[in-house]
Amino acid sequence: MSSETDAAVPDAPPRLFAPRRRLLFKGRNGLAASLASSAALVAVILAILFATSGGQSFRFYFFNPHFLWIALRGNPLKAVGSVLGGIVTNIWIFLLCEVLVLLFGLIIAWVRVTTTPLLVPFRLLATVYADIFRGIPFVLVIYIVGYGLPQLSLGALSNQSPAVYGCIALTLTYSAYVSEVYRAGLHSVPHGQILAARSLGLTQYATMRRVVLPQAVRTVIPPLLNDFISLQKDTALVSLIGVVETSRAAQIGQETYFNGSFLTMSALLFLAMTIPMTRFTDHLIDKDREKRLAGAQ
Amino acid sequence: MNDEVLKMSSVVKRFAQHEVLRDVSLTLHRHEVVCLIGASGSGKSTLLRCANLLETIDGGDIELFGQSLLDPRVDPDLVRRHMGTVFQSFNLFPHLSVLENIALGPVRALKRPADEVREEAMTLLARIGLQDRASEFPDRLSGGQQQRVAIVRSLAMRPSLLLLDEVTSALDPTLVGEVLDLLTDLAKSGTTMLIATHEMNFARDVSHQVAFLDNGVLIEKGPPDQVFERPRHDATRVFLGRVR
Repeated sequence: MSSETDAAVPDAPPRLFAPRRRLLFKGRNGLAASLASSAALVAVILAILFATSGGQSFRFYFFNPHFLWIALRGNPLKAVGSVLGGIVTNIWIFLLCEVLVLLFGLIIAWVRVTTTPLLVPFRLLATVYADIFRGIPFVLVIYIVGYGLPQLSLGALSNQSPAVYGCIALTLTYSAYVSEVYRAGLHSVPHGQILAARSLGLTQYATMRRVVLPQAVRTVIPPLLNDFISLQKDTALVSLIGVVETSRAAQIGQETYFNGSFLTMSALLFLAMTIPMTRFTDHLIDKDREKRLAGAQ
Repeated sequence: MNDEVLKMSSVVKRFAQHEVLRDVSLTLHRHEVVCLIGASGSGKSTLLRCANLLETIDGGDIELFGQSLLDPRVDPDLVRRHMGTVFQSFNLFPHLSVLENIALGPVRALKRPADEVREEAMTLLARIGLQDRASEFPDRLSGGQQQRVAIVRSLAMRPSLLLLDEVTSALDPTLVGEVLDLLTDLAKSGTTMLIATHEMNFARDVSHQVAFLDNGVLIEKGPPDQVFERPRHDATRVFLGRVR
């Protein structure tokens, strides 16, 4: 009717075609574009390894097949342990700590969100605990636990192997982080859920156990797995108090043979352990996002 | 006298300095349906939440079957088992199936045997025509279906009365009817209900008493004919004029 409302309709058909060079990165040409960029990236890496002056010595130092093999096998004659044997220590420390951290972190989080008067002192304690162990560098925690507990003369607690102290230190530090992850999850459950549960006459405990926790755990799984990926790597730090796990074995090999392939092999073994976990975590995160997007429709 | 289920006397509720309920007295008799009407923020929801002890009151008294709920020996968890509460936003448990939603209270709060409860839950679901959706999760149901499940969930506790807080306000207009039909059914079968609602026609049809709340004050209360046709107070007249 009026000229203002007609303003949105152009006189001539609008231009809809992109210039050719821009189409290279879009739509049906996407595969070609991604192949081209991948090839370029690989070329740069290969050029650095093979065409630069330092490339050859770098390859010899870190990717020497002979030493990679020795790293895997170990050499008892030179007191060089197997890097592969070492990773077994990392794996059992990780598995043990994972279970302990899941349990202990949950207890801390639960205590912190429960309002029962009976638990007031424990709530305070849990808060102080989470603050302290998130605040001290893990390197210090492991020294304090590893050298401190044996001095306490606390019977069995002071008479353990360094690996056990390593587990205690990891559990203490990681439980503090994981309790925060749990707590965020518990707080993310809508208040209406709690009102509905309490209105059914469920006790505070039953509400937590049957309604809040099951929903919280779901949202909390991806961030929990992220913490476990870094727990897997931090098992290497128990070497600081004398445990010979894979990274320490690799270091011994490197010092004995003056070759870094031991470190490479140890790194590869870590990757073999963490990559399935990171892929799985990302998969869960993607699935969760898809579900949310589907729910928004 | 003896058929008084819920009796609220001179209830006062404050949030900080603001008085949300001022001297509200209301009695709910056995088999009686009382509708609370009033603008948003007039205190209807707060009144319901005070009744089932989700809020603590700052004055007055609340009695359930003649026993004061302010008695320090009273366990709120036990009180709530006698009062079914249905919310505006359904609040079904998303991680539980429809059947498990209904069974949770009877099994976990009343400690009744699970198979007996399940059977009863199926009967309740059949009553609302959703027996074949029992194993689905709530997010697969329409809003109206979810709200009917929520009503049935509170019925599964065999409560002495139902508190309903604007249960159709979050619903698509096309879905309001099925929920109101269920409530009408319940009213006919003698369920004692205290209903906060904006559905005036429903309130007129179903209730024995209508109470009009304005700004935390119970302005007037009476049979629907009287409140809707011959309101005694100007405030009621103004409110009804606006909602019509």
